[in-house]
Amino acid sequence: MIYSLLVLSSPVSGHGARHAATFAHSAIARGHRIHRVFFLDEGAYTGAALSVFPQDESDRLQPWLDLADEHGVELALCISSALKRGMLDDTEADRHEKSGASIHQAFSITGLGQLVDATAHSDRLVTFGG
Amino acid sequence: MSKADRKKLLVVIRHTPYGSSLGRASLDVALAMAAFDQAVDVLFMGDGVLQLLAGQDSKAIGVKNIEKLLGSLPLYDIESVYVDAAGAKRYGLDSARTPVPVTLLDAPAINALMADADHLLGF
Repeated sequence: MIYSLLVLSSPVSGHGARHAATFAHSAIARGHRIHRVFFLDEGAYTGAALSVFPQDESDRLQPWLDLADEHGVELALCISSALKRGMLDDTEADRHEKSGASIHQAFSITGLGQLVDATAHSDRLVTFGG
Repeated sequence: MSKADRKKLLVVIRHTPYGSSLGRASLDVALAMAAFDQAVDVLFMGDGVLQLLAGQDSKAIGVKNIEKLLGSLPLYDIESVYVDAAGAKRYGLDSARTPVPVTLLDAPAINALMADADHLLGF
């Protein structure tokens, strides 16, 4: 089955984002495909490249990087959610004259059209958090 | 997107209009779905019915007025706007004064609406 995920919750508060990553890994392990993960609202913080996690806590970014690297999962940050939270790629940093990019390169900044496209091309859309 | 890709979508909104950024974000999703020619219904449930109150003024908190945004829903071709009748009753919502025409649904009707959708986007 083809899944897409909509992640609304912050990577550092609550459990939505962690459950989403675990769900994605488990679904792939069972032979399903994850078409796209769309990060909206507080979920957009997931793409932060500059976060530093305490040694005795789990890294909230790495599970997503593994999904992108090992399984080609597309990680899409909603542009309106991302920009107001300081989540910028090189293009947006240039466009808005900010000092530099702040998102990991495994993530892309996209519009809500990519969420629409995900619903059209997936058997299931699963929402996490909110 | 071809007609075969057109799925029945239901956006479920349970957040207050100004209590968090999710209230606005969920509406933006509904509008985007409609703008991309998807068949989308919206259901306001629980605290979410507060988005439909008449006479909202958000100037003092520096964010966009949700009531105005809701008034534009018909322009976007949103198919139907539904309201959880229990939530409406709890908050004393006058369904004749909402910014967009709404249909009240009881719990069994909400179950049926959700069962009928291809995708639920739950906020």
